[in-house]
Amino acid sequence: MGQITLEKVTKKFGDVEVIPPLDLTIEDGEFTVFVGPSGCGKSTLLRLIAGLEDVTSGKMMIDGQDATDVAPAKRGLAMVFQSYALYPHMTVRKNIAFPLRMARIDQAEQKRRIDQAAAALNLTDYLDRRPGQLSGGQRQRVAIGRAIVREPSAFLFDEPLSNLDAALRVGMRLEISEMHKRLATTMVYVTHDQVEAMTMADKIVVLRAGYIEQVGSPLELYHTPRNLFVAGFIGSPKMNIFSGPEAQKHSAETVGIRPEHIDVSRTEGTWTGRVGVAEHLGSDTFIHVHDTGLTDMMTVRISGDIEVSHGDIIHLNPRQDQFHRFDAQGLRIA
Amino acid sequence: MATQHSRSAARLMMAPAVILLLGWMLVPLTMTLFFSFKKYLPLRGGDLGWVGFDNYIRFVTSSAFWPSVLATLIIVGGVLLITVCFGVLLAILLDQPMWGQGIVRILVIAPFFVMPTVTALVWKNMFMDPVNGLLAHLWKAFGLTPVEWLSQASLVSIVIIVSWQWLPFATLILLTAIQSLDSEQMEAAEMDGAPPLARFGFITLPHLSRAITIVVLIQTIFLLSIFAEIFVTTQGSFGTRTLTYLIYQRVLESQNVGLGSAGGIYAVILANIIALFLMRIVGKNLD
Ligand SMILES: Nc1ncnc2c1ncn2[C@@H]1O[C@H](COP(=O)(O)OP(=O)(O)O)[C@@H](O)[C@H]1O
Ligand SMILES: [Mg+2]
Repeated sequence: MGQITLEKVTKKFGDVEVIPPLDLTIEDGEFTVFVGPSGCGKSTLLRLIAGLEDVTSGKMMIDGQDATDVAPAKRGLAMVFQSYALYPHMTVRKNIAFPLRMARIDQAEQKRRIDQAAAALNLTDYLDRRPGQLSGGQRQRVAIGRAIVREPSAFLFDEPLSNLDAALRVGMRLEISEMHKRLATTMVYVTHDQVEAMTMADKIVVLRAGYIEQVGSPLELYHTPRNLFVAGFIGSPKMNIFSGPEAQKHSAETVGIRPEHIDVSRTEGTWTGRVGVAEHLGSDTFIHVHDTGLTDMMTVRISGDIEVSHGDIIHLNPRQDQFHRFDAQGLRIA
Repeated sequence: MATQHSRSAARLMMAPAVILLLGWMLVPLTMTLFFSFKKYLPLRGGDLGWVGFDNYIRFVTSSAFWPSVLATLIIVGGVLLITVCFGVLLAILLDQPMWGQGIVRILVIAPFFVMPTVTALVWKNMFMDPVNGLLAHLWKAFGLTPVEWLSQASLVSIVIIVSWQWLPFATLILLTAIQSLDSEQMEAAEMDGAPPLARFGFITLPHLSRAITIVVLIQTIFLLSIFAEIFVTTQGSFGTRTLTYLIYQRVLESQNVGLGSAGGIYAVILANIIALFLMRIVGKNLD
């Protein structure tokens, strides 16, 4: 079990309100990702759930029980910190055993759980090393191992992959996703990286300055962003957003079109522009187009390879059914 | 960077410091060695020639030798114990956010700026005086007979005075160490279900082990040679005659430079034994 409910939760540091009244339900077994720009209060929200910060007002329930004033250790949640927060003077085995030791679980059971976690995380050969002798990815695994052995009702991750290099990040992302499928335990995951959010989440919570901008599945957010902020934040490369006469044609204040929903033509098209930089990834080509008269720069994503180079004049054909329309307040027009 | 050229340049530039340090150390040491083999009584005939190991034998066979070694060890050990224990507690206390933190920290560090002689005088006359001292008044307030600190509990008194003086040093070093403790580690331990005492034992203390080692090493070096505190308070009586003080008495009170020099060499040997011993037990924390 691991259902977490926040009711009108607020958090102030001194006079600064970091989390305005916030309602949120995280269902049992769900992989929920908090995503938003740096400083928007994601970590604070996670720490409120963990109990490392006290809520200023409001109520927190875990599995229907009021947990607002329950000590962190008693909430049955395990947290993986951004800095891993391993105990540097203990071996990997002792690190992983620490929560079990604190819970006074008997030796045989401790050993069973540690061996199981170590096997699952490829740490068996490193159990007698210290964290200082491990690579970043291995440390990350130890931190996860320490969380797993507690068999918590929910896992909390605070940007766990942000200290890893790109290749390792992709690998760990998969491992955490697989772990979630295997354990089917609630996971709350904080990141500022929308790719992580899109690939891992069952449910994404988009935050801005402590406010929830939208809650939904990755594809809901992708297809029907509720406002301009979500539209600009979710999706990579970013959605092209512009206003003016061209937007008026769609009877909206502002319209957006994703780079992958624009086709390129040499001969004719709705819009015309000059190629700035073309990024050839092999599988895709990202073309940055200038002088379209709509925005400074439009991004177009073409599947496969296409022969364009700097300075070429090309024509763009947006797919008419893929426009996102927003009103003067930046809210989506259905 | 370690080219032939830069290495010789480095040697050249280090030379003045090395030569100065060597001279500083070697000249007194050689002179002490030189005098320790002589019968040299400045007021009673001056240099009376070579005597071999006579001074060394006389120094250790004197009834004052072993008690002085013991007094030295008790004072060093007692002060280390008190400063490290209270230093850790004070450092943890000072690390807590509180009102007036800056001023409190300066006040805690203040005793370290007071000269040893002054410290000893303040303690002797203001606190430990059996008639007018604050402690005497305190004892009387509870209807007890005031303790004559410097004669009845002389070693304890010296340990208290010196601890008071060195506590700020220990606190300061341990405080900076505590401040470098990653707060996420503490939070992780909290989430792992460790109560405050366990967090102290499993996280804070191991984190401090390196700083404690440094405090112990540095303090030992200075504590082996404390002098002013004894000179001002008990003058070496009531069992407070340390090795340093014994040497002082041999050289200046008995005017026997040869005997005192032999004692000095013993002190050097003792300091090295203790240093080796310390390096063995705590030095592994320093790698
Ligand atoms: N302990 C604190 N004291 C004061 N302000 C804080 C504290 N922790 C976080 N904040 C502020 O709260 C805001 C949100 O921080 P945080 O939750 O860490 O953001 P995020 O994790 O989304 O980058 C930031 O503006 C930060 O400065
Ligand atoms: Mg954060």
